[in-house]
Amino acid sequence: MLTIANRTFQSRLLLGTGKYPSLEVQKKAVEVSQSEILTFAVRRMNIFEESQPNFLEQLDLKRYTLLPNTAGAKTAEEAVRIAKLAKASGLCDMIKVEVIGCDKSLLPDPVETLKASEQLLEEGFIVLPYTSDDVVLARRLEQLGVHAIMPGASPIGSGKGIINPLNLQFIIEQSAIPVIVDAGIGSPKDAAYAMELGADGVLLNTAVSNAKDPVTMAYAMKLAIEAGRLGYEAGRIEEKNYGVASSPLTGMITS
Amino acid sequence: MIIQLNGKEQQLPENVVTVEDLLHLFALNNRIVIVEINKNILRKEHYQAHLLKEKDKVELIHFVGGG
Repeated sequence: MLTIANRTFQSRLLLGTGKYPSLEVQKKAVEVSQSEILTFAVRRMNIFEESQPNFLEQLDLKRYTLLPNTAGAKTAEEAVRIAKLAKASGLCDMIKVEVIGCDKSLLPDPVETLKASEQLLEEGFIVLPYTSDDVVLARRLEQLGVHAIMPGASPIGSGKGIINPLNLQFIIEQSAIPVIVDAGIGSPKDAAYAMELGADGVLLNTAVSNAKDPVTMAYAMKLAIEAGRLGYEAGRIEEKNYGVASSPLTGMITS
Repeated sequence: MIIQLNGKEQQLPENVVTVEDLLHLFALNNRIVIVEINKNILRKEHYQAHLLKEKDKVELIHFVGGG
């Protein structure tokens, strides 16, 4: 069970809701993923054009925990403003702090992320910061009191998977709070790997929404995360440089 | 009156005076929407009473898909 701020979840897959090819595909993908936590962005309503169906408004809100993000914010101040708007809906009190510092790499701004997290904790939010895989930054965020750490595997939407497993491992080892690998997941092996390293969960969006078959990919990710977690709990074998036979060395008919 | 609505200048019909009226104008009364006026979030229970003023900067916000 994944526990975040005294709330428990069966699923360790947190799913993004952006960029799906259609509402129908999105609904099915969310369903088969069995995810219980869905991220959303906070934006101006498009009131000047004809109303498009809105995914959130069609969702059974009793089944899901909403995790709005502060995407779009460049500063802590903007992130706090977005978070408060989200909370004002009355639908959620968790916030994914996302303050991007570079438009090309979409890597997070560590300083603004730290500031935003601190302010939002003071305001009583359940804070889940999206951060780089900087080990010391992760520690500082944890010291502030954030409720989970969400280090990136690689840049958002890049599909590169885990490019620095060592850093992730350090972060996982040092954290008493849940570590949710967020950003850059490309295929099921990446999600499984994150879980095998000891992560508590995985947050992904593009890997599913932009797959050729998002519904099948959502299901694959669900299985990968379950397999990775079980593998972690089962205690894998050590890596060795040389071979160790699997069949007995005694009683051979050739001796 | 003229207000700024979601970043655009908006002339409001004379009978639109409260936030509730504004939401009704755009058929938003039954939608999930958050209202911010001059950077202050307006609570739902105040929609009917809150009077809009000339040059108010109003934002009608909602949730969309995102990662």
